[in-house]
Amino acid sequence: MPATDTTPAAPTRPARARTTRSGWVRFAVALVLAVAAVFPLLWMLSGSFRTPDDVFSPSLLPAHPTLHNFSYVLTQVAFPRYLLNSLIVAVVVTVVALFFHSMAAYALARLRFPGRDTLFVLIFSTLLITFPVILVPLFLIVHTLGILDSYAGIIIPSIFNAFGIFLLRQFYLSLPKELEEAAIVDGCGYWRVYWKVILPLSRPVFAALAVLFFLANWNAFLWPMVVTTSTDLSLVQVGIAAFQQQHAADWNFSLAASTIAALPTLGLFVIFQRRIVESIKTSGFK
Amino acid sequence: MTGLAVGERRSARGASRTRTTPRLSRRGRERLAAGLFLAPDVLGLALFVGLPMVVCIVLGFFQVDGFGGYTFIGLDNYRRMFADPLFLGSLKTTLLYLVVLIPGLFVVSLALALLIRQKFPLVGLFRGAFFAPNVISLVVIGLIWKFMLTDQTGFVVRVLGFFGISSPSWLGSPHLALWMVVAVTIWFAMGYYMLIFLAGLQDIPREYYEVATIDGAGVWQQFRHITWPLLKPTSFFILLTSTVSMLTGGIDLIYVMTSGGPANSTSLIIYYIYEQAFVYGEYGYASAIGAFIVAILLVWSVGLFALTRGGRFNDARD
Repeated sequence: MPATDTTPAAPTRPARARTTRSGWVRFAVALVLAVAAVFPLLWMLSGSFRTPDDVFSPSLLPAHPTLHNFSYVLTQVAFPRYLLNSLIVAVVVTVVALFFHSMAAYALARLRFPGRDTLFVLIFSTLLITFPVILVPLFLIVHTLGILDSYAGIIIPSIFNAFGIFLLRQFYLSLPKELEEAAIVDGCGYWRVYWKVILPLSRPVFAALAVLFFLANWNAFLWPMVVTTSTDLSLVQVGIAAFQQQHAADWNFSLAASTIAALPTLGLFVIFQRRIVESIKTSGFK
Repeated sequence: MTGLAVGERRSARGASRTRTTPRLSRRGRERLAAGLFLAPDVLGLALFVGLPMVVCIVLGFFQVDGFGGYTFIGLDNYRRMFADPLFLGSLKTTLLYLVVLIPGLFVVSLALALLIRQKFPLVGLFRGAFFAPNVISLVVIGLIWKFMLTDQTGFVVRVLGFFGISSPSWLGSPHLALWMVVAVTIWFAMGYYMLIFLAGLQDIPREYYEVATIDGAGVWQQFRHITWPLLKPTSFFILLTSTVSMLTGGIDLIYVMTSGGPANSTSLIIYYIYEQAFVYGEYGYASAIGAFIVAILLVWSVGLFALTRGGRFNDARD
């Protein structure tokens, strides 16, 4: 550290002592806040193991822990079906979106064509148009296309989002030019360059974006609810909301269902925490 | 999909080869390739984002009955808006909501970022804990809090009761429900904006603080004269994006926690649009309100750009 070079040794010692003390204060404050932040999630987890007469008990742990709530929602409600639907939708959207977005981003970052900057600004400006605002016209368009109440109706409109194009373009801009020039001189077409050079390099960004896309689609509620009417097509969030409305008093079941829906997202977060954090940070500036 | 795109690409290359001289074809091929690479996303964005935006504005001038008839009614939807007490009420609710939520979220996320910007034991774990609510769906978030705020028996009520504080009906009282939604939203979103603040804080050279410390500047002075000014682009970005997402988001949470009630006290404008369209089938009227929101967002974004001149987050290279 430059500071230790410029200041004599003696004054740094109290300074260091002070930082560690303030460090421990920070630690204590952060600990209290972090416990408070995750407490509601732990409360859900605890509630999902409770019996109906115990579900509102203020004790931290269930009095008679039971797995019955889980077995009930997984057998007596069409919950496995909802989970499967959500899995299908989230995986398909994620894979297709990564593919399309990286193609578009590659063209915007690495190829020269007239109107490129205008097109980028146009694409970027669609970020201001958020989903709920266009919910009504989008519904009418999807109705006109005849794909209401189908997987296609849930999936196709969920694919297109400028955020992914934007992040991937930033990444491709940062790659050295020589990379694909060598390949082009070797006589590779642009598709080969994209497929053999760009895509393999994209893996780390893809991992982060894939997690974000998967989470967004797994957690989606509004569009899947609006576009589907048959319960066979219900996604997991729609299923949970509907179940809770119909069984308002059965909190033990609702909490078990919520826990099942939340665990995959928390798991993904724990595994990919560093990547998620990095991609959110880069989305914040430049 | 892959096969189709490859096929297109091949046939396109073949076509350009036969038609043009090799010298011209290099640039032409590059353009053609760019077009094909961009086609899926550009078409998709045009059809599922751009077109709906246009339809939204156009439909605002129509009355739509069920699915069949579209009748042009000029500005009637807009006249109706400003004579509709429920719309005006939800506009007022939304303003109140944003005026508290946006600064609240800003301060809480900045405070968390400042708290954990320096390394200390388990700091990564704390960062994860603050962010964790953000990976859970708003439906589940809403259910958890509806459960914890249940009258008489909910956890929050019990704990307050333990300290001798008697709880009102948190979600049943028109004066309180909106603030519960605000609090839950801050809890849900703080981790996300904290991360963006952290990224902004990382960009501030550490030497500035070291020099300031040597000069005897206190913690507050360092914040006031180093952190705050250098964080302005990040703050701008957060003000802009959080307003857009909070003005147009959160339907899930409202739907689950309060359904817009009690007495319409949590009927945010975006929820009102949803209700008008999908509960009452008023697609034209809902579109007009949607167009109105887009106009507000535009004024807000342009105004923020003009006021702060902080919108330099896109000086694209080359």
